[in-house]
Amino acid sequence: MRKRKIESSVAEKRKTALTSLENFGTKLYDQMEEGLFPWIKMPSRSIENIFYSQEVRQYILGDKAVRRSSRNIRHIRPLTQLVWAARFAHELAQSRKTSTLRDVYYSAQAYDMSFKNQPESNNIITDLETVAGLSREDFNVFPEERSAIFGDLTIGYTVPGYEGRQLNLASHPDGMMIGPALTSAEFLKTSAKMVIAIEKGGLFTRFIEEQVYRKFNALLVLTAGQSPRATRHFIRRLNGELGLPVHIFTDGDPWGMHIAMVIISGSANAAHLRELTTPDATWSGMWATDIVNYKLPSDPLTSIDIKRLHELQRDPRYRGKLWQREVKKFLKIRKKSEQEAFSRYGLTYIVDKYLPAKLKEAAS
Amino acid sequence: MAQTFEEISAADFFYRNRDIAGFTNPARAIFSSMRELIENALDASDLFNVSPDIYIRLSQENETELGEVAVYTLRVEDNGSGIPPRHIPSAFGQVLFGSKYKLKQARGTFGLGGTMAVLYGQITTHKPVYVTSSTGTSKIYRYKLMIDIQRNRPLILDRKIQINKEKWHGTTVEFCLEGDYFRAMPKILEYLKQTALVTPYANITFTDPKGRLYKFTRATTKMPTPPKETLPHPYGVDVEIIQRLTRITPYRNMLDFMKMHFHRVGENTANRFLEFAGISERKNPKKLKPHEIVKLVRMMKRFNGFLPPDAGCLSPLGEELLKAGILKELRPEFVAVFQRKPSTYSGHPFIVETAIAYGGNVPKKDDIPLYRFANRIPLLYDEASDVSVRVIRSINWRRYRVSSETPIIILVHVCSTKVPYKTVGKEFIADRPEVKREILNGIREVARQLQRFLTKQEHVEKERRRLSVFSKYLPKIARFSMELAGKEKPPNIKKLLRTVRKLEKEKD
Ligand SMILES: Nc1ncnc2c1ncn2[C@@H]1O[C@H](COP(=O)(O)OP(=O)(O)O)[C@@H](O)[C@H]1O
Ligand SMILES: [Mg+2]
Repeated sequence: MRKRKIESSVAEKRKTALTSLENFGTKLYDQMEEGLFPWIKMPSRSIENIFYSQEVRQYILGDKAVRRSSRNIRHIRPLTQLVWAARFAHELAQSRKTSTLRDVYYSAQAYDMSFKNQPESNNIITDLETVAGLSREDFNVFPEERSAIFGDLTIGYTVPGYEGRQLNLASHPDGMMIGPALTSAEFLKTSAKMVIAIEKGGLFTRFIEEQVYRKFNALLVLTAGQSPRATRHFIRRLNGELGLPVHIFTDGDPWGMHIAMVIISGSANAAHLRELTTPDATWSGMWATDIVNYKLPSDPLTSIDIKRLHELQRDPRYRGKLWQREVKKFLKIRKKSEQEAFSRYGLTYIVDKYLPAKLKEAAS
Repeated sequence: MAQTFEEISAADFFYRNRDIAGFTNPARAIFSSMRELIENALDASDLFNVSPDIYIRLSQENETELGEVAVYTLRVEDNGSGIPPRHIPSAFGQVLFGSKYKLKQARGTFGLGGTMAVLYGQITTHKPVYVTSSTGTSKIYRYKLMIDIQRNRPLILDRKIQINKEKWHGTTVEFCLEGDYFRAMPKILEYLKQTALVTPYANITFTDPKGRLYKFTRATTKMPTPPKETLPHPYGVDVEIIQRLTRITPYRNMLDFMKMHFHRVGENTANRFLEFAGISERKNPKKLKPHEIVKLVRMMKRFNGFLPPDAGCLSPLGEELLKAGILKELRPEFVAVFQRKPSTYSGHPFIVETAIAYGGNVPKKDDIPLYRFANRIPLLYDEASDVSVRVIRSINWRRYRVSSETPIIILVHVCSTKVPYKTVGKEFIADRPEVKREILNGIREVARQLQRFLTKQEHVEKERRRLSVFSKYLPKIARFSMELAGKEKPPNIKKLLRTVRKLEKEKD
């Protein structure tokens, strides 16, 4: 196993987050000291201000900005919620505690700041991301869903109580949950040559059992459907910090296709954020073409599938040749297929035959 | 078969047609009896210019259930003018005998109401009426009477004279009648409440057959200016009236006749009118031929040089008293009152007073409740036919910020020497265009006042909420940003909160 010490961005990130939140507080504080009603300006997240940038290869926000002033009766409440959220996040980051969006919603009540509902509180957290230019994971607010990783990568914890401790991510055959501790860990050494991201838990387990990680020198990442932001950022780090190519395997349908796309090019909802995308990752399957070439068992596309395909066809992220070809193919064959469909050729076919072929195709 | 012809007396006529005077059934009869005696009592104290103290007692011989007809004793006592002793028998024992035929505003009119109540009592129980009265002289007279219905004459069964040491003045009337109090009760209580409202200077006490006491206490001792008696206006007379006048007139020529017998006719007007009518000034009115009288009346209607009638013969409640009455009986949060200028219809002067009570104890109702008054008596029956109801329906209430959620009551008071009742029963006011217009304008005026109040109230409420939002959130922003910035003391936001308050004041 090769050993290499990888430069970490984790500690730095935490410091950036704290400073950014403190600056935000100072700005409002100073405004009030000057006798002004505190106000802020931040990029607008309305549809008209979201653009796809070929340059950054993700959605970004345009120049339109919104102003929130406490002088305005309609703004003062959301502004107060935003300052509260900043303070809450600051406390989390400082004490290195983690929290979830649900926690945020409930914590506000202790300050007589009740949110009307979960979407309102989620929205304030997104405002905070926009103002601070950081994603909520940077100030330790995590989503509920969790994905997992398995493979030869040794990490060093930075979470309180575990500082200095190390763990090899192949030590547990169910894989390791990509939670706050892992997200904030430093990468120490790895023998892996690639990352394979998989949509479904069943296939993830099959790949571990079939020792795919060893046969292909791969780190296996389970996205568990649409991957959470922490996982997307994690994949980006594996790609960026370790220089590993990323292959994504999903179901052969418009939804699987889009799971791959969001890992690669991000989503419009996160247009205010950077460093969640992995532009160099590839979607390796299952393609519509695979359904035909491998004669896989399939189901007919539903009308919702077809509507979605038409949407994707017009989506700026789908301009690439491969994407356009596959969308067209799906529309032509009007079929879809799940990853488990390979089982018709025996349990190991996907690992023995399909995977090598696809990886070769990607390399060429 | 030979036809038989006979004459019936006025008493007989009303005995046969008691429906038209409001004695339709046992419940209605007890209601009407009470109101007629109460209205007589109030008229008597207005006449004497004394704050009324009225005591009403309805008692019952045997216990009865709801919906059962029973014999009740009704007693109404007042501290009014009293009745000169020689008139007492006729006042209560003779239909269409009274002191209110004069042209000035009063509650009673035909010399009918009180006597009808006595007549109804007599025909249902065959018992006499007891009237005790004094005009404040040294004697009190007590009469026991019955009515000779066929002849419309009082029968005096007994007469007693007492010494009036205390110089008491007033009248007590007591008689028995058949009725159904429990069915009439809601209307009776409503009647008393509305009477107390429109007579805020009266004390009214009522004990009902179950011994329950209802007390309405005066809110003021101020009374409306009493009406002055007036002469008929030329626009309001008919052939019969002229004929009677020519019979009694002491004047020997038409010029004096016109000047002395008619309201607001002076030398000038009389001259111009007689010229217009083509009647000689020197003609003796007693010598007018029937066709000349008809012509005279026709010309009077046609001549447009008469001055409009003067409202001195009217006695509206006035804005101040109306307001006092509403505040005392309805306990609203806000009240708007308005008195229209005097106006006339067919030569009869009238004044409309309107009011709106809002909020406080006023409940929310789907339909806007309406309190109707005429010559200071409440009108409780046949509301749907009343002109005011039509007027209220014709108004677009949303323009005045009134919705079905707005708790309001509207009050309309019409006073006139001749209230345009549709029936003898004094229940609802007919649809006279002149009266309708005054009611409409009056309601609009108070509705505008209400609208201004509601707008202002809404504004104040909004500002209060605004201020409370700022004082809730600004300190929080201050605290959170202080903690984020790592400062020791919170920023100074007192000035900011002061600004918020100032903004609010500027808008007022
Ligand atoms: N309580 C009273 N006090 C003084 N006078 C009264 C009283 N009740 C009745 N009268 C006299 O009796 C007359 C007849 O009364 P009523 O039959 O009710 O007719 P109206 O009230 O229409 O004149 C009245 O005009 C009045 O002169
Ligand atoms: Mg009367």
